[in-house]
Amino acid sequence: MAYTEEELKKELETKEYEYGFYTDIESETFPKGLSEDIVIAISQKKQEPEWMTEWRLEAFRVWKQMEEPEWANVNYEKPNFQDISYYSAPNKKPKYNSLDEVDPELLDTFKRLGISLDEQKKLAGVAVDIVMDSVSVATTFKKTLAEKGIIFCSISEAIQEHPELVKKYIGTVVPQKDNFYAALNSAVFSDGSFCYIPKGVRCPMELSTYFRINQAGTGQFERTLVIADEGSYVSYLEGCTAPSRDENQLHAAVVELIALDDAEIKYSTVQNWFPGDKNGKGGVFNFVTKRGLCEKNAKISWTQVETGSAVTWKYPSCVLKGDNSIGEFYSIAVTNNFQQADTGTKMIHLGKNTKSTIISKGISAGQSQNSYRGLVQVNSRAENARNFSQCDSLLMGNRCGAHTFPYIEAKNKSAQIEHEATTSKIGEDQIFYCNQRGIDTEKAIALIVNGFSKEVLNKLPMEFAVEAQKLLEISLEGSVG
Amino acid sequence: MLEIKDLHASVEDKKILKGINLQVKAGEVHAIMGPNGSGKSTLASVIAGKEEFEVKKGSVALNGEDLEELSPEERAHQGIFLSFQYPVEIPGVTVTNFMKTAINESRKARGLEDMPANQMLKLIREKSELLEIDRKFLSRSLNEGFSGGEKKRNEIFQMAMLEPKLAILDETDSGLDIDALRIVANGVNKLRGGENAIIVITHYQRLLEYIVPDFVHVLHDGKIVKSGTKELALELEEKGYDWIKQETVV
Ligand SMILES: Nc1ncnc2c1ncn2[C@@H]1O[C@H](COP(=O)(O)OP(=O)(O)OP(=O)(O)O)[C@@H](O)[C@H]1O
Ligand SMILES: [Mg+2]
Repeated sequence: MAYTEEELKKELETKEYEYGFYTDIESETFPKGLSEDIVIAISQKKQEPEWMTEWRLEAFRVWKQMEEPEWANVNYEKPNFQDISYYSAPNKKPKYNSLDEVDPELLDTFKRLGISLDEQKKLAGVAVDIVMDSVSVATTFKKTLAEKGIIFCSISEAIQEHPELVKKYIGTVVPQKDNFYAALNSAVFSDGSFCYIPKGVRCPMELSTYFRINQAGTGQFERTLVIADEGSYVSYLEGCTAPSRDENQLHAAVVELIALDDAEIKYSTVQNWFPGDKNGKGGVFNFVTKRGLCEKNAKISWTQVETGSAVTWKYPSCVLKGDNSIGEFYSIAVTNNFQQADTGTKMIHLGKNTKSTIISKGISAGQSQNSYRGLVQVNSRAENARNFSQCDSLLMGNRCGAHTFPYIEAKNKSAQIEHEATTSKIGEDQIFYCNQRGIDTEKAIALIVNGFSKEVLNKLPMEFAVEAQKLLEISLEGSVG
Repeated sequence: MLEIKDLHASVEDKKILKGINLQVKAGEVHAIMGPNGSGKSTLASVIAGKEEFEVKKGSVALNGEDLEELSPEERAHQGIFLSFQYPVEIPGVTVTNFMKTAINESRKARGLEDMPANQMLKLIREKSELLEIDRKFLSRSLNEGFSGGEKKRNEIFQMAMLEPKLAILDETDSGLDIDALRIVANGVNKLRGGENAIIVITHYQRLLEYIVPDFVHVLHDGKIVKSGTKELALELEEKGYDWIKQETVV
């Protein structure tokens, strides 16, 4: 443990914050606006089979009838959906066999992000499928995975190569009409990742995808589908950084996880969309639908570190359908300046002896608003369901806010539901104590924040934990004083 | 080493220190006693640079250098250490991690590399043995759920780790049981030497039997009203503060 902490610290001191640049890669971008024609064009562009085009059109028709939701505890100017371009692809066609074939400027971008493929390849056990704008441009480690029968590719590729799997599972956890943003995503999703772990296989490495928004004015509509077949295991990492931009960018992703009997999926996210500048200008709007379905004895854990976005609206959820299934949610959400976050989770207990755990850590600084919204629902058939929720908020200064909205709906008397909540403030006395020991205020805050977030940070894979710690530090820079 | 001249300090326009003069030389141990609310902790905080207190007049200098412009962490880097009367809790940050950060930050300020992990471990082992601290203790969150005595012992452990030039111990003895008092005093005495100076703030003569002071000062209403040798502490123990208060009124 001590060694690990030492390592973390080293890492923290050497890495620099590296977002806020814009890469000028030629790209092919659709005209702004959304209509049936655009939906069809996207589908054709991707040479999709007809069933997929139809599926998108169904979604589009539903979306047109829907209203943008109002209920989250956030205020923002609604995006104009006709003023967004719905497709943008790096000009050079995807699929490179080696790094030499990749656009040097793109490689440079990755280097500046600290995630060069070179480095990634060396990072033991991490396969990287990078989503640059909307199309996957590079895939590594595929061979090793293929030997185990694991499929890890872009969703477009999956639609071409494994249509039976995609057709069987897409939209089964998050239906097209689930909500406004999910419907929009279903109609126009440009790309995303697909992962299938066969029966009884333990995925030998962390699967990781880096998402980026890179083209001014293009919305990002990622679609991720992860299927863990019976008795299999996979740990999936998703990380994001975005270049700074003087214009709101919309991000509406959908992630569907399916854990069949006795399977386990760990899904970790470090999210760092551009939050807007000190005055709240610019920044990404992040409206995400993430949901996992657990069959018998299956387990899904969501771990997330959210530091970015101007507006975040996100509730990774678990549907505990099978008996004895387990859902977990570990989250750190940081808001600073004028950021607004409304995040949380839903645990839907349907099966018997289902268990869920929610650990949510909210950190608010500046004039930001940080809300936790959690729903624990126990169905009438769900004998002996258990939930434990803990929501801790840490405030920095007097102008920010933390809000907790726990909703509990228990329709079965045997349910055991525990909820704990605390709110604390970084005290001047704590800071002075650190100062007195030679630790400056910036570092003291990082230390206190890391301590506060520890239970969640510990759930992340090592390399991600390092990145996450650094992000926490950076996103709170200059927030006291 | 430490030179305080005519120091006046206030908080929110409330005058607390009203003209303190004190000289502490390297190698000396000074005890500061005085009734509750007389300004002892305030004096310690002002030396350590707590910004809440405003220095209205006078100066504090360490080894000839005026401290006024220095931040609390810079003062710490210069070798000032304060053992707090009420140590704060920092949840989720282990004692070890905290100490590691503190030591490396001070090293960084002096242009040194981080202390290598094995050296750090050795230092931790040595100092925790000196203060008879269970190793398990070191992986607990700083001060969280520590008993009063444990907190104080932990302060002295930190002092031993940081090896300050000037250590100010604010009522480190209160809350300690008899054995702990001996252990802590032993730790403090280890620091004692030609290079270092120590200021002990205490209400009790007992501590001074273990950490024998060269000088004893009585603080009353923001001023040092009496100074003497260790016998003064005995006299105070016997007679209380009333006679001094009366003397100063006269
Ligand atoms: N932040 C503050 N705001 C207002 N008054 C303060 C503040 N800090 C200290 N004081 C006051 O200053 C006076 C001196 O306090 P200080 O803590 O220095 O006393 P002390 O000598 O250490 O007492 P004790 O023996 O009880 O520890 C007290 O009257 C106290 O109430
Ligand atoms: Mg005091």
